[in-house]
Amino acid sequence: MSELVTLSAADLAAKLASGEVTSVEATQAHLDRIAAVDGDVHAYLHVSGSALEEAAAIDARRASGEKLGELAGVPVAIKDVLCTVGMPSTAGSKILEGWIPPYDATPVARMKAAGLVALGKTNMDEFAMGSSTEHSAYGPTRNPWDFGRIPGGSGGGSAAAVAAFEAPLALGSDTGGSIRQPAAVTGSVGVKPTYGGVSRYGAIALASSLDQVGPVSRSVLDAALLHDVIGGHDPRDSTSLTDQWPSFAEAARAGARADSLKGLRVGVVKELDSPGFQAGVSQRFHEALELLTANGAEIVEVSAPHFEYAVAAYYVILPAEASSNLAKFDSVRFGMRAAVQGTVEDVMAATREAGFGPEVKRRIILGTYALSAGYYDAYYGSAQKVRTLIQRDFSAAFEQADVLVSPSAPTTAFEFGAKLADPLAMYLNDVTTIPANLAGVPGMSLPIGLAPEDGLPVGFQIMAPAREDARLYGVGATLERLLEESWGGPLLAQAPKL
Amino acid sequence: MSEITPDVVTHLAQLARIALTPDEIQTLTGELGAIVDNVAKVSEVATPDVPATSHPIPLSNVFRDDVPGVTLTTEEALAGAPEHDGSRFIVSAILGEEQ
Repeated sequence: MSELVTLSAADLAAKLASGEVTSVEATQAHLDRIAAVDGDVHAYLHVSGSALEEAAAIDARRASGEKLGELAGVPVAIKDVLCTVGMPSTAGSKILEGWIPPYDATPVARMKAAGLVALGKTNMDEFAMGSSTEHSAYGPTRNPWDFGRIPGGSGGGSAAAVAAFEAPLALGSDTGGSIRQPAAVTGSVGVKPTYGGVSRYGAIALASSLDQVGPVSRSVLDAALLHDVIGGHDPRDSTSLTDQWPSFAEAARAGARADSLKGLRVGVVKELDSPGFQAGVSQRFHEALELLTANGAEIVEVSAPHFEYAVAAYYVILPAEASSNLAKFDSVRFGMRAAVQGTVEDVMAATREAGFGPEVKRRIILGTYALSAGYYDAYYGSAQKVRTLIQRDFSAAFEQADVLVSPSAPTTAFEFGAKLADPLAMYLNDVTTIPANLAGVPGMSLPIGLAPEDGLPVGFQIMAPAREDARLYGVGATLERLLEESWGGPLLAQAPKL
Repeated sequence: MSEITPDVVTHLAQLARIALTPDEIQTLTGELGAIVDNVAKVSEVATPDVPATSHPIPLSNVFRDDVPGVTLTTEEALAGAPEHDGSRFIVSAILGEEQ
């Protein structure tokens, strides 16, 4: 394994800027790494054929003296839910097999404009519906820590690519935890920004009021650097916030330098610190709290009584919005068309039957039920009220604490097939991450160690009030530094050699 | 208990335009029943005094000026279509014979 693939994006960027390494060399090292390990990991659905060409163009611009962005020349992997000109964008579904979009998603366009080099598209649960990548129509991604286990989902491909050193950075999307839970179970870092902080233009929609694009990386600073590139107002997304955002990289760097957390109030959400969670997850979580306390933070217990309704509300709102969003796959404008005779409606129904996998059908039918006459108020209307109650819980909690924390997921990576036969069990895996999506607040997962019973990574979730994403990067970078001092290096250095 | 029966699932599949097989209808009837029973708890706390939230960070009246801009060309818009004639999407008959 080339040393170039183990560098953080920030370190690689520094070497690119100083001329010690070229983007072509860095890109080639990652393509070699993909060729060596992706047959086992299966993080990628598509590897770009033009990455070296793009890298050479960046090198040429740098050589000509042009001032480039900090991440220029750094390779990046892109979740297949994001539209990319010149690369297939399938969202993990057969119905979009081979489809090449006519435009780039805004986060992709911004990444390109900043000079990052796209390595390819990463695997995911079909249309981002799942927590394990087992619902990808193209086969699951394997967790680099243990090939018998899931890499999380839906963005298991992006998390595994980063954790297996097949990319220093990746883009993900998070509707109910699809960035944070994969980060947790692969020992990587993932951030779901404030709703509206990153444009959704060109992100194939799952649930429009919950979806948010965000960064996946191996360090808090790297996530911040990528967030700085992709974030900010986009007139093409009517839910995009017009805020002037601070530099998240600066917040992360300040956090990494901070010698004390004095004055920081860390709220432990009682309802997300469940005795039902895996013992090793709870143990590492409480050890991390002790580390924060030892460094000056004040721990306060907060209660969010309506969080227990969050999963139920989510599994009404998400299918309802998804059933509407996925109506666009009608066999007319893009994607596959089943070879059957009949009316356009017959063709449409046969195409959707053949093109969608079981989880997608399950959620479309569920959403159709929740929105149907006579049930709308009982399900969708009630779920929207629960959303208000959860927002109120967050507001009350943030009066007592600057950030809220919890384990990022109830368990470490589970084995393939463990929850496949029981959709409800799979849904409950997102209990810790869903509240942030319902309320629109930002959340981060960062690794805090390995569970003693299985030696697998445990994630720590930090949540901040809406628009306060910088707080995540500050606190996250401090905690990361304290942990890495105790480990003698990053957690992923302890991962099995592939 | 929920009222999810095979007939209900069949009807929903028609509304959602998915030609489910009889086996899928059977499986989904059981699964949806369990899921619907579980999510029904949202109504426990959704009292009339609680307003609904549709978007976490509401914005209103997001307008833009009505000016011509660069959009997809016809060629680009048709590029991913299963069937087209160069200027339009081609679909099979919209109405059945008996209509």
